[in-house]
Amino acid sequence: MIEVDSRGRRCPLPIIDLAKKIPTVPVGEIVRVLADDPAAANDIPAWCRMKGQEYVGSPAPGSYDVRRTT
Amino acid sequence: MPPVYRGSDLRPAGHTPDSVDDTVPSVEYTAEQAAAPAYLDAASAAPLHPVARQALLAALEDGWADPDRLHAAGRRAQRLREAATATVAGCLGVRPDEVTFLSSGTAAAHAAVLGGLAGRSRAGTAFVHSAIEHSAVLHAAARHGDATEVGVDRLGRLDLEAWRATVSRPGVALAGLISASHEVGTVQPVAAAAEACAEAGVPLYVDAAQSIGHVPVPPGWSLLTASARKWGGPPGVGLLVVRKGTRWLSPYPGDDLHRPRPQGALDLPAVVAAAASLRAVLADAQTAAVRLSGLVERIRATVAATVPDVEVVGDPVERLPHLVTFSCLYVDGEALLHALDRRGFAVSSGSSCTASTLRPSHVLEAMGVLSHGNVRVSLHRGTTEADVDRFLAVLPGLVADIRKEAGM
Repeated sequence: MIEVDSRGRRCPLPIIDLAKKIPTVPVGEIVRVLADDPAAANDIPAWCRMKGQEYVGSPAPGSYDVRRTT
Repeated sequence: MPPVYRGSDLRPAGHTPDSVDDTVPSVEYTAEQAAAPAYLDAASAAPLHPVARQALLAALEDGWADPDRLHAAGRRAQRLREAATATVAGCLGVRPDEVTFLSSGTAAAHAAVLGGLAGRSRAGTAFVHSAIEHSAVLHAAARHGDATEVGVDRLGRLDLEAWRATVSRPGVALAGLISASHEVGTVQPVAAAAEACAEAGVPLYVDAAQSIGHVPVPPGWSLLTASARKWGGPPGVGLLVVRKGTRWLSPYPGDDLHRPRPQGALDLPAVVAAAASLRAVLADAQTAAVRLSGLVERIRATVAATVPDVEVVGDPVERLPHLVTFSCLYVDGEALLHALDRRGFAVSSGSSCTASTLRPSHVLEAMGVLSHGNVRVSLHRGTTEADVDRFLAVLPGLVADIRKEAGM
């Protein structure tokens, strides 16, 4: 699985990391973001909604799965 | 022409433009204010209304004495307090003995929540509140312990069905609802929420800090609080209204258990100024609301059109006339706030990087909207079309610069 490790980075950096990674993710694949900033739990789903990507869920605290749909 | 005051005005001291009523003293501006051509953070504190300033100066003459003493100086202070109380009661359509002045909006919120709960301890202990209350209410709820949150939708509007179900549970002592969100401006369904509370026999506390002076608050509440500096009164004056028939029990040490009282001496000159400015503000509140609402509409539309990857949040229609919030993707809220400040624009932010707790705003979280790159713009009566246009002209460039620096 493609992973973005944004641990120790404060918002909006995890979202920026995700946005930079997404072009390298094949459509339909999942990218996992690791982020310990408390705002990530809110902002990753919000980013997905704004950018038309699918927020799959949070398999563990500080871990967020996003599926590239476009 | 109604009196106009402008935090953004750079006119020389003593000069009175034609648009200003002669009975209102002109406001003098310092060099520091000259560096702030547009103050757009009225939801934190509005610039002092000229009537407040005038009343404050006049009340200093007699307002220093203890209004509870029986000598002549005390009686003069007491008359000031009574007049201020009667003015505010008249403005809000309540009885004077239902009105109490406290030392801040926060103190008033604490007194409403903790006193409202204490007065109902025989009925139950639970405090039901919306997820988007002001932190003063949330802190009081946390101190109390037994509290249940009711969520909001994406626009920041209370989930009425969940509210109805929650307030009608057994053991609910008090319900708390903000009249309109202080962060995103969405006006809450106070009348319907009050109806649900009445059916359940639960008193409703409404935090009306962002509404009083701007828009009417529907009836049906039992306790209400407000803060004078939000309507152009001086800082350090909070307002608590407890309707007749509402049981309130003091959570503080003191003699008077059943009637709210300030903790320690009241800043009486500030209270007089708060009351006078509230009356002045309400006299043309409708006209001001229409004008400011138009400016907010312009901000909502222009920001969405000129800033890429932005989310303008809150209800576009059922909203406060003077407040608008948006979040910019990939932007550090603190960096944007400072960039705007360097250009002379004062705004606030709900982004975690700007909070002492380093947590994002609980309001934005409850709505599920982007919390970083967040800017709240709140207008006051002195805000001009030119202020707003200048703000809208510089914003896209500042956002683009910050994104470029982040490699976006």
